[in-house]
Amino acid sequence: MDIRTYLQDNIVFLDGGMGTLLQAQGLQPGELPERWNLSHPDVISGIHRDYLKAGSNIISTNTFGANLLKFDAAELEEIIAAALANVRAAQAACPGHPSWAALDIGPSGRMLRPYGDLDFEEAVELFAATVRLGVKYGADLIFIETMNDSYETKAALLAAKENSDLPVFVSNAYGADGKLMTGADPAAMVALLEGMGADAIGCNCSLGPAALAPVVEQYLRCASVPVLLKPNAGLPKAVEGRTCYDVLPAEFATQVAELLHQGVRLAGGCCGTTPEYIAALTAAASGIPAKAITPKRISCVSSYTHAVTFGGKPVLIGERINPTGKKRFKEALRAHDIDYILKEGLAQQEKGVQILDVNVGLPEIDEVELLTTAVCELQAIIDLPLQIDTSDPVAMEAALRRYNGKAMLNSVNGKQESMDAVFPLAKKYGGLIVALTLDENGIPAEAEQRLAIAKKILIEAEKYGIAPHDLIFDPLAMAISADTRAAAETLRAVELIERELGCRTSLGVSNVSFGLPQRELITANFFTLAMGRGLSAAIMNPYSQPMLTAWHAYCALAGLDESCAAYIGYAEQLPQATAATPQTTAAATAAPTEFASELQRAIVKGLKEQAAQLTAAELQQRPGLEIVQEEIIPALNIVGSGFEKKTVYLPQLLMSAEAAKAAFEQIKATMTEGGSGDKSRIVIATVKGDIHDIGKNIVKLLLENYGFSVIDLGRDVEPQAIVDAVVAAEAPLLGLSALMTTTVPAMEQTIRLLRAAAPACRVMVGGAVLTPEYAAAIGADKYGKDAMEAVRYAEEVAQSLSR
Amino acid sequence: MNVFVKSYPAPPIDRREILRYAGMKEPSAEVEQLLDRCLTQIDKLSYQVCWREFAIGDAGDTLDLGFTRTASADLRRNLTGCHSIILFAATVGLEIDRLIARAERLSPASALLLQAIGSERVEAVCDEFNRDITAAQLAQGRYTRPRFSPGYGDLPLALQRDIFAVLDCPRRIGISLNQSLMMSPSKSVTAIIGISNDPRR
Repeated sequence: MDIRTYLQDNIVFLDGGMGTLLQAQGLQPGELPERWNLSHPDVISGIHRDYLKAGSNIISTNTFGANLLKFDAAELEEIIAAALANVRAAQAACPGHPSWAALDIGPSGRMLRPYGDLDFEEAVELFAATVRLGVKYGADLIFIETMNDSYETKAALLAAKENSDLPVFVSNAYGADGKLMTGADPAAMVALLEGMGADAIGCNCSLGPAALAPVVEQYLRCASVPVLLKPNAGLPKAVEGRTCYDVLPAEFATQVAELLHQGVRLAGGCCGTTPEYIAALTAAASGIPAKAITPKRISCVSSYTHAVTFGGKPVLIGERINPTGKKRFKEALRAHDIDYILKEGLAQQEKGVQILDVNVGLPEIDEVELLTTAVCELQAIIDLPLQIDTSDPVAMEAALRRYNGKAMLNSVNGKQESMDAVFPLAKKYGGLIVALTLDENGIPAEAEQRLAIAKKILIEAEKYGIAPHDLIFDPLAMAISADTRAAAETLRAVELIERELGCRTSLGVSNVSFGLPQRELITANFFTLAMGRGLSAAIMNPYSQPMLTAWHAYCALAGLDESCAAYIGYAEQLPQATAATPQTTAAATAAPTEFASELQRAIVKGLKEQAAQLTAAELQQRPGLEIVQEEIIPALNIVGSGFEKKTVYLPQLLMSAEAAKAAFEQIKATMTEGGSGDKSRIVIATVKGDIHDIGKNIVKLLLENYGFSVIDLGRDVEPQAIVDAVVAAEAPLLGLSALMTTTVPAMEQTIRLLRAAAPACRVMVGGAVLTPEYAAAIGADKYGKDAMEAVRYAEEVAQSLSR
Repeated sequence: MNVFVKSYPAPPIDRREILRYAGMKEPSAEVEQLLDRCLTQIDKLSYQVCWREFAIGDAGDTLDLGFTRTASADLRRNLTGCHSIILFAATVGLEIDRLIARAERLSPASALLLQAIGSERVEAVCDEFNRDITAAQLAQGRYTRPRFSPGYGDLPLALQRDIFAVLDCPRRIGISLNQSLMMSPSKSVTAIIGISNDPRR
């Protein structure tokens, strides 16, 4: 019988701990327990048999760490074959007892990029190898467990789905704070795992059953699939020189049984539990009925930390990461300026949006690459769920695959071609799909016709097993300047879809005011009307104060803002026309005599906002280049020479550099192409294997301050990729950074490759472990002891070129 | 022979130590203000330690640490007169790495200070743990030696592999070791504390 069928009507008992039992049988510290499948098959099989006799229905193979990082391919195959044979032998000793063999998969032990060095696709391939062997040797299901990182969990589940048709159970390890080590809460994990089609989900390890209860309760509230639980026997304690766990079998069984009453459908134990615990559990659980699992129909998306649910307060989706109509953004995309995208993301988060739309489509760029990069970089530093916005299904899949959570997909529409492309992706990777109510015949004028398209989309989605709550309809806001009835029909459509289909709606609200003066006023009022009709979300401009005001006011008026607290908080921080002015004047009038000008003072003191304001004011008086030459560079020189004389410390140097950069930004905005006095291109990177890059970033900032155009390749960069970038940019100078002795060989290799491919390019190196002697030994032209020295050398190289 | 795990509340902050890590002896008022802003961001850090005790012994040219052997003369000197060790790993979690990465995009000066804060934080939790161990040992009439980490003196960084194998760090407190022997989260420490019946060293 398929375990999923059995699970429909029965509580399923899992097994208990393995490690502690093996240690008791003589497993040595540091010895790999997976090898015991081969060396001690009787011991392993005996433990499995004891669990079956205690009442376990699912036996996990002794393969927690069985992957290609720990074993070579031949040994891995032997281990997995033996591990499954050991379970089968135990099952044969317990005829008539319903049981299944689960291929057990634990974490890789490595952290994924960007905070570790294991690439997402490498992780997928690592788990895939184990999965394929499990399938080959006849596992009944796959049990992914003890995962403490959402991204690695996704990699493992993807590998299981892509390489088998077996049921997949997924269990995560939560800390005492109710979150995974990398930040995800249970609602986020439920969204991610259900979206990808896990058959049962839950938690194991780390804590005892009582301590895990709050996590379990969140699973039961959110999950529409069976919930599993494998807690530890409490925490280890030292008692008279021996270690034991502080929750004993009887107490363990009572606590787990309570959670079975609440709806947990699969239960067993993890560290510290033994067959005795499982026997106590099965006894305590006898007579507890298997509680029916109800579909929760939650429309939500998730990031690597949390889920955002639709249906309460209308959800704000920031629209600013989008090049449409934005010259500076287009320039940034063409220059692969990821920082620019990230700053847009962070600024919108500060304004209070809950989701970020990400659109980087431009005809002349590689959208697949750029969209994936943008998604990866955004999710490295911003914890908001993302809406992946592209018309290219290839780019959508690439970005979805790498997305650390359940994404919003923008968009599908009623055209057959669009549904054929988008629905399979949503089915495979999960996602909340924005569905536009248009089709081959365009956008219908009448609301009823838009409703009809929505129905058609729902029917097609059902063929893929995509539920209505995973679709969110956008009945399309059109310009009222072109058609007076446009907004009225859209609003009717919002209401019809909510009422007739019970589905959620979203609108890109800004379109409605196209062609009118004071657009924000129309857009914001339209937004209020739409929320009044039941709109669940809007793609909007969070920099627009009328829009934010409309949203806060609506939430307060609709009874969605307890004690109007959010509204009051919002209103208090609105700019008060009178308050801001005196402050600026006070700062401006404090003119100490030691500086040639206020701007120089602001830069030397590292006052970012002031430097920008003063530069903007200066630009009214004189050209930007003059400000650079007469104000910014002299100020930087004051700080730079102070740093060299050790009267100024690094944090001050950096604050000044940031202030200078803020001043440059003002000037850049007024300058025409190429007028910023770029001296020459410099490629910089932290070498392969090294993931620390603060030193490199400092050098980059200062080089930019001094007018160099810096191509920053990031950290952990392959030698060949660095060389390719130097050749492509025809860069006369390469800067390499390494923090650890272990990564200096990668630096040496990079230099060797560079000498062959680009002999004219000079190399400067820096980083904690390097010395001038070491730098010379690996073939570098220059050792830079700090960022100022790097700048001086770059100037030297630039001068030698211009001669 | 299990691995013990303990979570600590946030230890008191030592501003002087943070500024020392940032390379500042006399911070300007602007740096002090920036540090204040950075310090408001660190409430999500988690302070965790896992450890195990091992009996040690002399194995001729090498020292038997109970989980591996090492030829390090510096560690041998540190452990003179010791009969056992506490091997531990400590971390302040991944959040500080995210804060640093975010600051690198917005403000390298903040990133530098957050780096310094992270270093001070993880050393602070090591100090607390070390105090706990010293007190517990003293209650049994034993004495501890200053903690010693891979990479100090001639103790090779490669020892990290053995340490990770026996402490089960990824599973216990979420630290993983990458191929170049760096730890993620970056603000993590592994170290050995020697235990002796002799108060003097």
